[in-house]
Amino acid sequence: MTIGVILLVHADLGRAARVARIWAAQGCAVAVHVDARVPRGAFDGVRAMLAGESRIGFTRRFACEWGTWGIVAATQAAAQTLLADPAVRHVYLASGSCLPLRPAAELAAHLADHPDTDFIESVTAADVGWTVAGLNEERFTLRFPFAWRRRRWLFDRTVELQRRLRLCRRPPEGIAPHLGAQWWCLTRRTLDAILTDPRRAEFDRYFRQVWIPDESYFQTLARRHARRIESRSLTLARFDSSGRPHLFHDDHAALLRQSNCFVARKIWPGAERLYAEFPAPASRPGPPDPDRIDRLFARAEAERQRGRPGLYNQARFPRKDAENGKTAAPYAVLQGVADLFPEIGPWLARATGFTVHGRLFHPGRVEFANGDAAAPGGLSDSAALRDHDRRAFLTNLVWAARDQRQVFMARPGETADLTWFMATDPNARILIVPGAWILALSRAPRPFAELRSRAVALQKAEDAQLAILTSPHARARVRAWPLAEALDAPEGLLAGLLGEVAALPPGPMAPPPRLADVSGLPDLLRRLRDSGLRPPVSADALRAFSEAAARVPARAAR
Amino acid sequence: MVRVIESYRLGMTRRRLLWRARRQGRRLRPFADRTAAIRPGDILLAVVQRNEMPRLPYFLDWYRRLGVAHVLAVDNGSDDGSRDWLADQPDVSVWTTPDSYRAARFGMDWLTHLLGRHGHDHWVVTADPDEFLVYPFHDSRPLAALTGWLDAAQARSYPAMLLDMYPRGAVDESRYRPGDDPFETACWFDAANYTIRPNPVHGNLWIQGGPRARAMFADRPGLAPSLNKIPLVRWRRGYVYTSSTHMLLPRGLNRVWDRLGGERPAGCLMHAKFLSPMAAKVAEEMERGEHFAGGQEYRAYAEALAGGGGFWTPWSTRFAGWRQLERLGLMSRGGWA
Repeated sequence: MTIGVILLVHADLGRAARVARIWAAQGCAVAVHVDARVPRGAFDGVRAMLAGESRIGFTRRFACEWGTWGIVAATQAAAQTLLADPAVRHVYLASGSCLPLRPAAELAAHLADHPDTDFIESVTAADVGWTVAGLNEERFTLRFPFAWRRRRWLFDRTVELQRRLRLCRRPPEGIAPHLGAQWWCLTRRTLDAILTDPRRAEFDRYFRQVWIPDESYFQTLARRHARRIESRSLTLARFDSSGRPHLFHDDHAALLRQSNCFVARKIWPGAERLYAEFPAPASRPGPPDPDRIDRLFARAEAERQRGRPGLYNQARFPRKDAENGKTAAPYAVLQGVADLFPEIGPWLARATGFTVHGRLFHPGRVEFANGDAAAPGGLSDSAALRDHDRRAFLTNLVWAARDQRQVFMARPGETADLTWFMATDPNARILIVPGAWILALSRAPRPFAELRSRAVALQKAEDAQLAILTSPHARARVRAWPLAEALDAPEGLLAGLLGEVAALPPGPMAPPPRLADVSGLPDLLRRLRDSGLRPPVSADALRAFSEAAARVPARAAR
Repeated sequence: MVRVIESYRLGMTRRRLLWRARRQGRRLRPFADRTAAIRPGDILLAVVQRNEMPRLPYFLDWYRRLGVAHVLAVDNGSDDGSRDWLADQPDVSVWTTPDSYRAARFGMDWLTHLLGRHGHDHWVVTADPDEFLVYPFHDSRPLAALTGWLDAAQARSYPAMLLDMYPRGAVDESRYRPGDDPFETACWFDAANYTIRPNPVHGNLWIQGGPRARAMFADRPGLAPSLNKIPLVRWRRGYVYTSSTHMLLPRGLNRVWDRLGGERPAGCLMHAKFLSPMAAKVAEEMERGEHFAGGQEYRAYAEALAGGGGFWTPWSTRFAGWRQLERLGLMSRGGWA
């Protein structure tokens, strides 16, 4: 038995000739169709190149404008030539930029195992959106007098006009439009039936006006004649989201071999290594399995369309709220916790394994964990550099350290410009002990008037921040821990912290870190109250806390 | 209305720059003109150089390996033999000029002129002798594969951010010899230390940061050098680089980034500036005062070099190929797989 191969060629004639030889050398009968638009001289050149090959013939040339009838006409003529040879049992439609990956003998064996099967992707146009970035059903119901590639404006206008006038053609009686990849392998019986169908003239007349008939003519008519259709192509050909074919390059060699497909398309004309290595002498038997290649293309496509969440670079700078991930990974902001537990950083780092920074947005200096001068990605501890673009500082840090959870401390107002950004970022975990700043204030050796105005400013900043964090637009995980409760049960705050930030289940904890000194606090609270302010906590709430604070050194002494 | 006025103004700017280029370009003297050998579809490289003899051999080989077919070189008064060396290369055309680099918009007028005459409808890489283009798959797919794919996607330009590479120790510690791979020693870079803001007028992204911002401009980050570059363009007569290769007119060429979350294709220009003999070069360039913003960048280098410090930190990343750059998000394949 012989496999007949139709080779549609329109460019890179040298390559195409080489591919024709590859098929012919393995005993296939090859019918080469060269696009009529290829200049005479180039055509004569390739014909001379293949002159001595008895298995290779050239067929009548048609102009193959993309998307038009010429390609089908060329295929019909080439098929007729091949079927004239009674030894041809199957006809494989390929192009000059296809490359056989496996020996023709393996293809022949596969076809011999399925003597009555037509391998042609054929999907009903009515039920399935097979096409990418283009017309689907309308391919069959409108008319297309203008070529899309050259006359795009007229093409679009005629489509528009027909839609507006509600013009609609009906397919011929007994025809159900099907779509599929152009590259098929049909049995002699089916192909012959299509070409000698008494109604062929009627079908041809109809398909002349269908858009991209090479993806529907044989796909539709095979349904009329075939005994058994396996609706997938034996040729590995993939398209990107704008309908352009993916090209195969030298670095795809391993994937192509592993795919076990018989033929691949399109090969980049310069892919020397692929042309040298394929068809592979002997491959593992079995059906095609292009899974890994599909995954590779799918991943690239997802990256092009949606990008990597949290990445800002020269190729991806999403406008506000179109980020698809404002940051790359979860991170946590602790506000007020360090006022209660000054040494919370090392303690939390030990308990969770996270990187726990100090105040990253401290006005004077970036307080990286361990007092480092630099951080992942090469970020510097210079406040001026950070303030040049504070949001980029945060997103860079989270991106660069995306496999290591980042935690940092904040004071009210310090991150005011980033509050909306973090509040609308589902990756942000924000734990606030409102009013805890009063503890730090009570230890500051400053005149009361200064402390008072500072307290007013901090309170205002915190109120504004909380209003945003609790707004209905907020998507961050926010937890406000009442100061009175924290003071009453400091270890409860630590347990809550581990639960919120690290999602650790409740359980035994390491000995808690040292509690802050609150000896000056009752006095400050009283004076603030008497000066007409409303302090964030009453002096009564302090009792338990100061008792606990007093207990800790005792335990340490024991 | 504002947009109309703005685009009219940019059109005027473009015409003014083209006119400048014509005037400046007429003064270029052909020294070795092999442009008759340029065939349609060839990929070209355009470069301005002065006394870069140590760097040129590796530089040319890099781009030859990527499949550049012809080099358009302007020699700005070299006296180290580099002009003659370039003229001896079979795939290089050389023009010379003793004119001021600064008065020619840092060489851009010269190149605009040459590209208008020889680069029309070619893909052209415009790079300095210390800039090395990398892009996804550059080790297995020549530039023609990339440009062919860009053509199919109807893209006219391709961005490649400048990636400053530096050695582990002080810049002048190890000796660089002609033909050496500069990234053998200058193999470190900052992975995620860059700031980006869109330029609403020209439509490009303005990128700053990296080791130079960190080590030399920490107290005035706004003055740190720009790192955004668009070095690969399917050139047409009438295109013009407005500021180094940072951006072009017409401004549609600068729209190489995605605003809706996707990633467009982008490469990197690995920057081998920080190599010995750095100190000598800095001293010479400060003397000449031919560089951008009164050479303030060179002044900063001089200060940094005088301190003997390098750019290296424990958080520097060691270069390990384009896949690493892609994983780090410095470049994007943009759907090219």
